[in-house]
Amino acid sequence: MRNRQLYILASLLAVAGLAIFFFKYQTLGFPVRADAETQVWNVEAAVNFEPGPASVKVTLQIPSLTPGFTVLDESFVSRGFGLSTHNTTNGREAQWAVREADGPQTVYYRALVYRDPAKATEDSTPPFPEIPEFDEASRIAVDGLIAEVRRQSADVASFTSELLRHIDNAGSDQYVRLFLSDTSSSTAKAQLATRILAAAQIPARVSHGVFLKEQTGAARTVPLLEVHDGVEWLYFDPVTRAQGWPQDFLVWWRGNGPIADVDGGVDVDVSLAVQRSVLNSLEVAERRMDSMGSQAFDFSLFSLPITTQAVYSVLVMIPIGALVIVLLRNFIGIKTFGTFMPVLVALAFRETRLLWGIVLFAVIVAFGLLIRFYLERLRLLLVPRLTCVLTVVVILMAGISVLSQKLNIQPGLSIALFPMVIISMTIERMSIVWEERGASEALQEGFGSLVVAALTYVVMGIPWLSHLIFVFPELLLVVLAVTLLTGRYTGYRLLELKRFRSFAKPADPAGSPP
Amino acid sequence: MSVLARYRLLTESGVLGLNKRNGDYLMRFNPRRLYPLVDDKLQTKQLAIKAGIAVPALYGVIETQHDIRRLGEMVAGHREFVLKPAHGSSGDGIIVVAGRSGSLYRTINGTLLDAEFLNHHLSNAISGQFSLGGIQDTVIVEAMVHFSPHFESLSFEGVPDVRVIVFRGIPVMAMVRLPTRLSHGKANLHQGAVGAGVDITTGTTLGGVMSGEVVDTHPDTGVVIAGLTIPEWDTMLDISARCYELTGMGYIGVDIVLDRDLGPLVLELNARPGLAIQIANQQGLLRRLEICEEAAGFAAAPAERIAFAKKHFAHPVGPVLHPGEVAAQIG
Repeated sequence: MRNRQLYILASLLAVAGLAIFFFKYQTLGFPVRADAETQVWNVEAAVNFEPGPASVKVTLQIPSLTPGFTVLDESFVSRGFGLSTHNTTNGREAQWAVREADGPQTVYYRALVYRDPAKATEDSTPPFPEIPEFDEASRIAVDGLIAEVRRQSADVASFTSELLRHIDNAGSDQYVRLFLSDTSSSTAKAQLATRILAAAQIPARVSHGVFLKEQTGAARTVPLLEVHDGVEWLYFDPVTRAQGWPQDFLVWWRGNGPIADVDGGVDVDVSLAVQRSVLNSLEVAERRMDSMGSQAFDFSLFSLPITTQAVYSVLVMIPIGALVIVLLRNFIGIKTFGTFMPVLVALAFRETRLLWGIVLFAVIVAFGLLIRFYLERLRLLLVPRLTCVLTVVVILMAGISVLSQKLNIQPGLSIALFPMVIISMTIERMSIVWEERGASEALQEGFGSLVVAALTYVVMGIPWLSHLIFVFPELLLVVLAVTLLTGRYTGYRLLELKRFRSFAKPADPAGSPP
Repeated sequence: MSVLARYRLLTESGVLGLNKRNGDYLMRFNPRRLYPLVDDKLQTKQLAIKAGIAVPALYGVIETQHDIRRLGEMVAGHREFVLKPAHGSSGDGIIVVAGRSGSLYRTINGTLLDAEFLNHHLSNAISGQFSLGGIQDTVIVEAMVHFSPHFESLSFEGVPDVRVIVFRGIPVMAMVRLPTRLSHGKANLHQGAVGAGVDITTGTTLGGVMSGEVVDTHPDTGVVIAGLTIPEWDTMLDISARCYELTGMGYIGVDIVLDRDLGPLVLELNARPGLAIQIANQQGLLRRLEICEEAAGFAAAPAERIAFAKKHFAHPVGPVLHPGEVAAQIG
């Protein structure tokens, strides 16, 4: 009964811990790895123009629906312009306005985007398009083209691809020749494709975007033909006719209009630039949470002052170290002086590093033992004797620090962090064990404590583990659950298998000599 | 043998491990509030005296540093006495004085101690040097046991004692602990004493074990260990069974010594008895505990519980059994 309660409690804790962990990992994007970096791109659109004498209104299409990418941060830079953003049928636009401007002007739009596979393409089904109007000659050409393409295709995808082939050979194609020349831009080709598709009652549109890839520097927009086959959107590169969503393609705007439109200005020039950089994933998560208005960060350890954070980054590892001790004591059966003494020594090892830590620990305990054996002969009472040992330990530590400073051995200085009270108690208990049960047992237990401390240090120092626990402190609930379960482990300890080795002959249960 | 195979072997032999002892027996049957009765040897002693269970005579108690001066007074009429910290564990801090030489005290192994040494020792003991957790302690001054010559051939100095594991009033397993030169005359297995299993039914010794290894003869005297009948075995079973009523603790180790003149005396009780008794008996405890839980009447009188123990725990306790077969075996 008690066990069932324990299992329920442990699984509740584990489920709660893991659920919060997965939520933070999946939804909030907290990184599980310390060195995780997220690739981000700074994309910038600069609109240069020469203002006219009257008021000026600049309209710039800006990214709204960006499959595969999430906008982390955006900013609008201009001097003296009023700014507003609107949602339109084709996406979003920014509008700068000024009553009067003098000399060449530039307005900027900047966005920080990062790859986000969770950001899916839209799946709305568009209505059937209206058949566009053509003059008589064009109409015949379009009908002929549609008839021919339809003959050579089976479905929307092959129809589009075939149509694009005809459009690509603009100069030699008898129908397309009427609309385009060989030198027409890919945007013009894509726009023609949407009109002809509309005439064939197939919804289609052009989206414009930039390829992010590895490049930095100036970028230009590339059209992408989007065709709806009644179930989903299909994507075609109007030039290469390749089907599918292109890699690293950031959709900037949709529709047939230009990227920017300046009302009351001339010599409009829009230049795009992309710059790639990396941000620490944690920072990306933090900024994204900011933009989402989520308070997960405010209620995490990251909301604490940096120095307090540093303290907690150590503190949250202590349960892990204690868990290691539980395993070593209750499953392996190693004896140590004091239950959690090894954890404290392991904490001190963080500063001294393992090898120096072991050396210094051994030196202090050995000296302390010598002093303690001498004090024994003076027949001091217990508490004064403990105080003497403590004092001697402190003097020893100070001496070692000063000496190592003179010899220029850095690790000797960090000895100051050794838990001296704990060490004094260890010395006292070790000397009693030494006297009562002999040197070998005392050394064995002392060595056991040191091994446990070293192992605890190693486990507490695993970088990914400490990162994981600090970023996801809710995992301590899982640690708690595991500890609860180990608390009801009533099986044998590993060293008991050795201890009861004389039971190795089960065939002779008597086991006794005649 | 692989680790897994060993593990299964221990399970099949019904060996009680430390985790299981702590988790399934101590926690269930030894209520925390009762521990002081057992951990404080003085309280145990006083309870035993009240219940009419024989213990070494109490000469006095040293509770404060001030009391140390009264030691001479307490032991004035006695040439021999024992100083024992009331909270000491595994015999730590015990001094056995077997005689005087002028103003000096002679211990059982012949060392002469002056009063100053004893005073320092007592003062340390009172400060808690020998108690678990270093808490303040008291020192019991009690009569020295004149151990029965019966075990003389099987011990080197010191006093051999009998340890009986009593589970809810039923003696389930016993051993006799024989001091050796290695153990410095102490009857503690981890200090190198020989442990010899004892057949609960007949009170005769089985083979011996020393430091985890099977031994047939005593390492110092060379006498064969097995086959020795322990005198007054029934009395020993009786007093160990009654120790259950004494404390109410369900899982205890009762330490009994055999005095030349006074017969069996309870030295102390142990609320966390060790597991080495299983090695000494070459028997797992778990099976016996399960037999008790399946069939024993724990509310019965001591005599009936002993009868149950004698009936079921004749050595060896059955062939290797699986837990499920226990019921069939004793049904």
